[in-house]
Amino acid sequence: MSGTVTAEAALTPSAYASELAAALAADQPAALRNLRRRAGERFAELGFPSSRLEEWRFTNVAPVARTRFAPAPAAYDREQVAAALAPLRLGDAHELVFVDGRFAPELSSDPAALAGATAGSIAVAAAADFAALAPHLGRHASFVERPFAALSTALFADGAVILVRRGAAIERPIHVIFHTTASSDPTANFPRTLVVVGETAQVTIVETFCGPDGARYLVAPVTEIVAGESASVDHYKLQREGDQAFHLGLLHVESGRAANVATQTFSLGAEIARHDVEAALVGDGSETTLNGLYLVRGRQLADFHMRVDHAAPHTTSHELFKGVLDERGRGVFNGRIHVHRQAQKTDAKQTSRNLLLSDQALVNANPQLEIFADDVRCTHGSTVGQLDELAVFYLRSRGIGLEAARSLLTYAFASDLVERVRVPAVHAQLQEHLLAWIPQGEVVREAI
Amino acid sequence: MLLEIQNLHAAVDGNEILHGVDLTLNSGEVHAIMGPNGSGKSTLAQVLAGKEDYAVTAGKVLLDGQDLLAMDPEIRAREGLFLAFQYPVEIPGVSNTYFLRAAVNAVRKHRGEPEYDAMSFLRLVREKVKLVGLDESLLQRPVNEGFSGGEKKRNEIFHMAVLEPRLCVLDETDSGLDIDALRVVADGVNSLRSPERTFLVITHYQRLLNYIVPDFVHVLIDGRIVRSGDKNLALELEEKGYAWLEERVATEASA
Repeated sequence: MSGTVTAEAALTPSAYASELAAALAADQPAALRNLRRRAGERFAELGFPSSRLEEWRFTNVAPVARTRFAPAPAAYDREQVAAALAPLRLGDAHELVFVDGRFAPELSSDPAALAGATAGSIAVAAAADFAALAPHLGRHASFVERPFAALSTALFADGAVILVRRGAAIERPIHVIFHTTASSDPTANFPRTLVVVGETAQVTIVETFCGPDGARYLVAPVTEIVAGESASVDHYKLQREGDQAFHLGLLHVESGRAANVATQTFSLGAEIARHDVEAALVGDGSETTLNGLYLVRGRQLADFHMRVDHAAPHTTSHELFKGVLDERGRGVFNGRIHVHRQAQKTDAKQTSRNLLLSDQALVNANPQLEIFADDVRCTHGSTVGQLDELAVFYLRSRGIGLEAARSLLTYAFASDLVERVRVPAVHAQLQEHLLAWIPQGEVVREAI
Repeated sequence: MLLEIQNLHAAVDGNEILHGVDLTLNSGEVHAIMGPNGSGKSTLAQVLAGKEDYAVTAGKVLLDGQDLLAMDPEIRAREGLFLAFQYPVEIPGVSNTYFLRAAVNAVRKHRGEPEYDAMSFLRLVREKVKLVGLDESLLQRPVNEGFSGGEKKRNEIFHMAVLEPRLCVLDETDSGLDIDALRVVADGVNSLRSPERTFLVITHYQRLLNYIVPDFVHVLIDGRIVRSGDKNLALELEEKGYAWLEERVATEASA
């Protein structure tokens, strides 16, 4: 059930003209219509990226360009979706559920249950008071050089808007779930998330992207997170799309003065997953942690394109990305750090480690440092390798079998990132996923 | 009889290091192998443990009459062979306790003994950790990661104590240890001595053998055992150095 894929050459950007026309014709504030129009025009100019472009050299999106994605149907089977979501819910969390890109209040938490913040549908919020969103929506994440972010901005139906009031400490995580349902024809949806965190406020946000295996669909989300002065944001993105999905996302996090933002991406599903992650350290003394783990096998591809902008003095960024690749899995890590002239005393650290379990797996890792200030500390390190044979032998010499030794070492490599997760329910889900994913993971389960 | 090494030749990267080693170890005996750097001591230890980088080009090794060299490294371990590494490997992300529990249960399963549950394993570990004077906090840490040189060596003896092997090969366990640490390690080893357990202690220096007193001492030079004797041979070597013996061997060979 792979959906219809047209045999002919890639579609032109005009393939989405009718969707765009519909998006512009819909009743909405003029400023939002203008945003969509600009984005749509930009998408038409950029078109689908070819692998001749530096930014897309290792990620061939021809299968995305070749597929005619229809808008997702409005109706869905509530019981089926509720059952699919059950294992992904976090229990003690405030949850917002979107099905095929549209808000599903019947599957979401009661908005009244949240104190110190508002969390709800962006479409509803835009209709009610667009002026409140206008300073932020589409103002942080730039679609100018990103065709899928442009397409997403032009066509997004709905998404989550989370506004955390100044000084508020939101205890329970806010969990936004974007679920795509199976359709006979390939569908696309464009989830949007906007998080604005007030001065000294604290919040934990989890975004889950999920859908069924065996269905061809496109999800192109744009997430903007803005942390105000001395705010603290802990963000997790769990990409658990179905095995034939395309997930092409842009995540932008902005840190104000002395703000502390952490964002951790776990790329577990999808056939092609592209994560453009931008961190803008715009406030003096702000700190951003960007972590990621990807697990790929079969012909899966996970691509992380990082851009960290140190735009203010005394800013700190830590990046740790790890990937485990089995079979013909592929990984891309492009880590750009840009230190602006005024950003003296920048401290930037970037690490990318990739573990190949098969000799047919492939990683392209590329650090890119652009430093225009003179008093900075920037370090980067990147490794691609197989399991340490010496460690395997050491384990075997103690009686642990070859397969078990390999599993144990693989688990240890990847669990390093899982252990950094501070939301217990997310930690448990990821640990479970990892144990199920690793070849012979049951031996690790016995050991731990 | 426990271990028989017969005419063992082994090579790494096409260079033969062991040129025919013969050695027989019986239950309950402590044998020491001494020799200068590069004589093949560590190669012998690694070949016995089954490291794949070493190719056995001739000879055989029998463990209770079974072909040891045909066994995978983990099978050798489960059959009761233990190698204390000269350079214990750091394994980030795998806690010492998890690792050891997986190991000990693999060994017990192989022997048809019931596996330890978490509680009984913990009791065992607490008891053994005292034996080698290892700080209990090291149990929860990743295997050998951030351990001092002495802690790594103690950790090896601790693993040995938990796994209860029949044949213990100690590869330069004394290297890098100060005298206090050496004494602790030696006490740990001595407490494990028993009529059912055999030790092969590989060392460059006689010093260790003051604490682990061997029944037999063998001198390995250029991939062959050139002398065997009792503990006095070690003292003689300490006094006269390896050059003395190397010259004697050369003279005998040309005579």
